[in-house]
Amino acid sequence: MPEQTYLEAIRGGLHEEMSHDPSVYLFGEDVALGGPFGVTAGLAEAFGKNRVVNTPISEGTVMGLAIGAATAGLRPVVEIMFIDFITLAMDQLVNHAAKLHYMSGGQLKIPLTVRVQCGISGTMGAHHSQSLESWLAHVPGLKVVMASNPADAKGLLKAAIRDDNPVVFIEHRGLYWTRGQVPEGEYLVPIGKAVVAREGEDLTIVATAKMLAATLEAAEELSSNGISVEVIDPRTLSPLDVETIVSSVKKTSRLIIVHEAVEKDGIGAEIATQVQQEAFYYLDSPIARVAAPFAPVPASPALEKCFVPGKTEIIRAVRRALNR
Amino acid sequence: MTQSKKTGRKQQSPGSSALDRERLLRLYRQMLKIRLFEEQVNQLYLGAKMPGLAHLYIGQEAVAVGVCEALRRDDYITSTHRGHGHCLAKGASLDKMFAELLGKAPGYCRGKGGSMHIADQDTGNLGANAIVGGSAGIATGAAMSAKMRGSDQVAVCFFGEGALGQGLLYEEMNMASLWKLPVIYVCENNQYNEYTSYRETTAGEVAARAEAFGIHTETIDGQDVQLVHAKSLTLVERARRGKGPAFLHCNTYRFHGHHVGDVDRTYYRAKKEEEEWKSKRDPVKLFAEWLQKSEMADGKLLDQIENEIATRIKEAVNFALNAPYPELDEVGQDVYA
Ligand SMILES: Cc1ncc(C[n+]2csc(CCOP(=O)(O)OP(=O)(O)O)c2C)c(N)n1
Repeated sequence: MPEQTYLEAIRGGLHEEMSHDPSVYLFGEDVALGGPFGVTAGLAEAFGKNRVVNTPISEGTVMGLAIGAATAGLRPVVEIMFIDFITLAMDQLVNHAAKLHYMSGGQLKIPLTVRVQCGISGTMGAHHSQSLESWLAHVPGLKVVMASNPADAKGLLKAAIRDDNPVVFIEHRGLYWTRGQVPEGEYLVPIGKAVVAREGEDLTIVATAKMLAATLEAAEELSSNGISVEVIDPRTLSPLDVETIVSSVKKTSRLIIVHEAVEKDGIGAEIATQVQQEAFYYLDSPIARVAAPFAPVPASPALEKCFVPGKTEIIRAVRRALNR
Repeated sequence: MTQSKKTGRKQQSPGSSALDRERLLRLYRQMLKIRLFEEQVNQLYLGAKMPGLAHLYIGQEAVAVGVCEALRRDDYITSTHRGHGHCLAKGASLDKMFAELLGKAPGYCRGKGGSMHIADQDTGNLGANAIVGGSAGIATGAAMSAKMRGSDQVAVCFFGEGALGQGLLYEEMNMASLWKLPVIYVCENNQYNEYTSYRETTAGEVAARAEAFGIHTETIDGQDVQLVHAKSLTLVERARRGKGPAFLHCNTYRFHGHHVGDVDRTYYRAKKEEEEWKSKRDPVKLFAEWLQKSEMADGKLLDQIENEIATRIKEAVNFALNAPYPELDEVGQDVYA
């Protein structure tokens, strides 16, 4: 298996799907020039500017256009440069993409993929650092996936593009240059399936996107202190694979959820509720969350550093849950 | 027109009414301050002392200065991700600017805003904004407030031509025109929406878009500070008298990358094009030449001005570098008023 960066794996997934299906089109700001991080570099050269389309800075209306194109035969992939700008397209996503299939009694299909990157990386301030996945996961009709490593980035993206529903594919900017093994060719990661990223006995941690790496590091450090942590990457937030999480909690009896989005009303709250419904009598300690404080992301590097949860906070939460 | 003190000759730059020498030298100082500030920001970035990204304003100085010098301190502006020039032109202090860029406690926003979000109530700066087009509402709303309160304040909305892609701008311009709001939309057309040429994303004529709402519109050379200033004086005056909004479309160019990290640019714009603008259309150089040619200033005076500014910038950077970071418990403060 070749090693690739997360960014290359996304590009590879796009390339394969565009080769595989002529109805796949890319729309986004600067995409024909590679975009600000080079994710789409080379695609315009390979498939033509007719299929890799530079758009005006019009998130809302580009989303509307892509929804329309999706109802009428295309499989558009829209790139929203930062998740902070997806707010401009929320009406189109929430009121139209998410509901057209239902409102039309199942007649219309919206095979739309929204690629968007999120998160804190490089002290970019409050308009370029947010994690808004739980806004999206709250909307019936949207699917929401988050890749934590290169292989999943490729496999989930390919699955998203082939899905007949609007799928928001959330990348983390801080992972773009991380490396990992990526299966070649036809490799699909099913939407709606979590994965156990590390097996353990004493406690389960569910972690998303960039928090997975921090959690695995914490788990490694804890194992040398005799604490065995099981780590789960949900990979899809909606629909959520609660079964995988519940069966882990039934084994370990403890659960912590780690995400970079603000803690309040985050996806952790949903996971905690579903788990306590299914596994209340197995729990030996309260379900805990490790996440960002309830504030916009500050620009100052000093403040940003204490805003993002990391290994230290995770270890502290584990010790508190286990009381050791 | 005014008489030049030195020569007694009448002075006039093409397309603008002549200004007195003090005012002209002030325009120069302000432009040079922005130029040297931004060069220093770039140095900080290259020396890994600057967190995040900075979108340098170098090349566009004549727009911010020409417009803001036509405003009163209590007039409003809103700015963009490329906002340092607007903030300084409206009167921001160098110390607090650098401190904010470095995320330090004495910065304008106590380090919470950073390069793309500097706001300064004292100079009427309602904030730089990293959402393209995001401040169209804020500026128009400030103008609405000025009108409702019966003040004669004016609001200026600075934005790049990339913001012409956002529907918000048009909906705001519609209301501004209907309700004759004292707002001036200043479109800084630096030819690129980030990396894509604006011609690839913008149909029709830029000016026609504002004209469609019955807004008074002018398209001008944004490299000529006297012209920008003269036009701004007229448009601001008009707005103050209740004659309604205006749209000032300034053709300009950013000399550096989209942001400090955008160094290799040949894949989206030609070196030759950059060189043309830098050598022939540098607003600071052009104005320095004009000042000398018209005997408003000699080389010695211009050098002296430059040295003064350079010294102040050095002091301000040192102030910022030595300033403390905010206390960590400030993270959760100021979320609500
Ligand atoms: C709503 C929104 N979409 C996209 C971006 C990313 N972005 C930042 S600057 C920029 C280009 C803006 O071009 P323009 O308005 O012409 O200003 P310039 O950078 O040329 O000064 C883009 C697309 C953003 N900040 N906000």
